[in-house]
Amino acid sequence: MVPLTHYLALGAVLFALSLAGIFLNRKNVLILLMAIELMLLSVNMNFVAFSHFLGDTAGQVFVFFILTVAAAESAIGLAILVVLFRSRRTINVQDLSSMKG
Amino acid sequence: MTELGLFYVFGAILVFAGGMVITVRNPVHAALFLVLAFFTSAGIWLLLEAEFLAIALVLVYVGAVMVLFLFVVMMLDINLAPLREGFIRYLPVGALVAALVALELFLVVASDRLFGKAVYPVPTAAGAEYSNTAEIGGVLYTTYVYPFEVAAVILLVAIVAAIALTLRRRKDVKPQRPEQQVRVRRGDRIRLVRMAPEKRGD
Repeated sequence: MVPLTHYLALGAVLFALSLAGIFLNRKNVLILLMAIELMLLSVNMNFVAFSHFLGDTAGQVFVFFILTVAAAESAIGLAILVVLFRSRRTINVQDLSSMKG
Repeated sequence: MTELGLFYVFGAILVFAGGMVITVRNPVHAALFLVLAFFTSAGIWLLLEAEFLAIALVLVYVGAVMVLFLFVVMMLDINLAPLREGFIRYLPVGALVAALVALELFLVVASDRLFGKAVYPVPTAAGAEYSNTAEIGGVLYTTYVYPFEVAAVILLVAIVAAIALTLRRRKDVKPQRPEQQVRVRRGDRIRLVRMAPEKRGD
């Protein structure tokens, strides 16, 4: 029998890993999007764990909505990325400074 | 005890896959490791008796979103060298911040006083007749029916936005225009001319 703290610790480790990924890959928009997906996954892990241990389905319904919003977010993000690559031929975050004052 | 062993195996694979996602050079490999991470977390969700969400994670995320990621990664011709600059430079600060965040989370989350077995006892496993899908469906279509419809609208907006952003009208190709083809009238194509008959033998 796995106690709740194990699941929460796993979610915390995953969250910290994806946060480190945002720091390390701060030039590559693709890996940044993947790190955000990983972050949402760790949050979902906590939701599912609490839903199981509290015996309440609301947590799983919330995970369902988070999955929906994350799918929409990654679809629009990748579309923006494709348009960006067409016009600039780069996905480097550092090159996207045309709106800097 | 087998559950605990399974949890440790899945957890180790999940942390390994997450670490590889943020450190590998090639974005294709990163996407594939993210697929591995989603698969193993689906396994962990099965341990938590969230069968519907585990299958939905595999179908929706591995089947749709990660395929979309792989499409984009392979479609773009990315020069990787400038994107890797600063990886070593930001490694210390990234590792430091991540370690601090993990430590702070552990202090709260791993304390037995707040979330230990005494406060949250391990629930007994549900019987064979229990259906997680029916349970979620019963709540989703009654209590949460308006959020459910809002989620549908969000997905519709995402479809429209993704198509509107990436659709481009090319000037150098000549496509068929069906709407003009069906609207054409006889008079647009045929002109009857009245001519005097020719005389032979002149």
